[in-house]
Amino acid sequence: MNKQLTIEQFVASLKSGMTIGIAGWGPRRKPMALVRAILRSDLKDLTIVAYGGPDVGMLCAAGKVKKVIFGFVSMDAIPLEPYFRKARETGGLDILELDEGMLQWGLKAAAFRLPFLPTHVGLGTDVMTHGGFRTVQSPYNDGEVLLAMPALKLDAALLHVHRADRLGNIQALGPDTYYDEWFARAADRTFVSTEEIVDRMDVSYPDDARANIVERCFVHGVIAAPLGAHPTSMPPSYGWDMKHLKSYADSAHEDGGWDRYLAETIGADEAGYLGRVGGKDAVSSLPLPIF
Amino acid sequence: MTTAPEFTLCEQLIVAASEAWRGNGELVATGIGPAPRLAAGLAKLTHTPELMMTDGEAWLVEDPVPLGPRGYDDRKAAGYLPFSRFFDAAVWSGKRHAMVTPSQIDRFGQTNISYLGGTYEQPKVQMLGARGFPGNSICHINSMFIPQHSKRVFVEGEVDMVSSVGYNPARRTPGVNFSRVDLRLIVTDLCVMDFGGRDNAIRVVMLHPGVTFDQVQDATGFALEAADEIKTTPAPTAEQLAIIARLDPHGLRAGVIKDNPAGRRS
Repeated sequence: MNKQLTIEQFVASLKSGMTIGIAGWGPRRKPMALVRAILRSDLKDLTIVAYGGPDVGMLCAAGKVKKVIFGFVSMDAIPLEPYFRKARETGGLDILELDEGMLQWGLKAAAFRLPFLPTHVGLGTDVMTHGGFRTVQSPYNDGEVLLAMPALKLDAALLHVHRADRLGNIQALGPDTYYDEWFARAADRTFVSTEEIVDRMDVSYPDDARANIVERCFVHGVIAAPLGAHPTSMPPSYGWDMKHLKSYADSAHEDGGWDRYLAETIGADEAGYLGRVGGKDAVSSLPLPIF
Repeated sequence: MTTAPEFTLCEQLIVAASEAWRGNGELVATGIGPAPRLAAGLAKLTHTPELMMTDGEAWLVEDPVPLGPRGYDDRKAAGYLPFSRFFDAAVWSGKRHAMVTPSQIDRFGQTNISYLGGTYEQPKVQMLGARGFPGNSICHINSMFIPQHSKRVFVEGEVDMVSSVGYNPARRTPGVNFSRVDLRLIVTDLCVMDFGGRDNAIRVVMLHPGVTFDQVQDATGFALEAADEIKTTPAPTAEQLAIIARLDPHGLRAGVIKDNPAGRRS
């Protein structure tokens, strides 16, 4: 068993029209190398499920997206994602706007193979009205009416982690891994990019097994992508590149800004990307964000 | 306690806002934005030490983390509350009181941070999306901080997209348990309001020195109620100002209210 893929093999295994979940949270621990591979591909009409950051903005800017299912789209210090904003304000982008908690609840429903999970959340708001959600009544004495959050089934999930082995054992370090594990369990196929690939995790890093956020039966492909979260943060290894995110955000207000970003920064291949954004040393020494 | 000689309006509002958490006990106090965050820290360091709070990343701290640049490891973790368990542990369990700054608020206390104008399909101005507001509002206590009280914020009709639940009877779906909806304080640059009016109507309970009720009403898109006895917002004490200064070593609070006006004594 060897789940290692090249980035080309990864992108070739996706199809237009798929529903793809992107793990991470806003500008934090996003599988950006995998997102960039999609940006360079012919894929289109994707439905993206995410706690969105620049991943969602870039895919919208590149015309890859039919629908976004989101709890938010933001880059923290740059609160509004400019390309997502542009796509929304231009019209024509299909969306399903969720509460943050509803999104992970829908992933959990999919992971548990349930049609829905009940929740209070969304009731009484326009998330309910616009999202077309239905309610269920508790069969017990309380008789409460609850929102039935439908399963968010994913064709594919994309994660970025610190370590993986060829069997699909992964380790995600850092203080918070958000809902990454639930994206993986909600998906038919999960692709994990990683800072480092080893042959056997039990040989290389047996003491860190608690960082194995999701079991290897939910991991279908591992892809080497050192510094692959750039420009988002990957604690404890490196912080986000706010200078880069700012210039990316500014490009949304310039004529031909996206085309230039795509050609000159995303470029033709991942191998050259790190050089184009300042080099390996600069990226790996980006300070961790302070909140 | 002595009253300090000099203070800004923002500092006066931080002190007023800290009152939102008084006596809340063991729950997570979340202040989103510089002033609410300072207010939560002040509450924990003065009248309500039982409060819990995070460093804004993943760790529970007993010493509120100062705003702005600092050493990454300066915060000392007492516990762990990452986003990956935030809904389980803090939001859906009701163990939280958040103070937020929505873009719009209506007479029912419903708020909007999603988009302004246009339609769901094509908004005029796309903002953040509803984030955690639907869940926050139906599960735990909430308060609001509004640095510029105006009709743009306190809108005449309903907010453009109802992101958080308020007390609007038309949106009270039969059979749904809305018993945990609990809106407390709204602190603005003009006044302090609560939801103690008829049917939870918004009510002015405190006016900042020199501000009249009519002035507040004129800046509000809907009719406000007045408390039987409207108090005057107190000036901060020297102790409170010292704590605020310690929690904001880079002076980020100076940017909260336009031109950072001085506060006033009654």
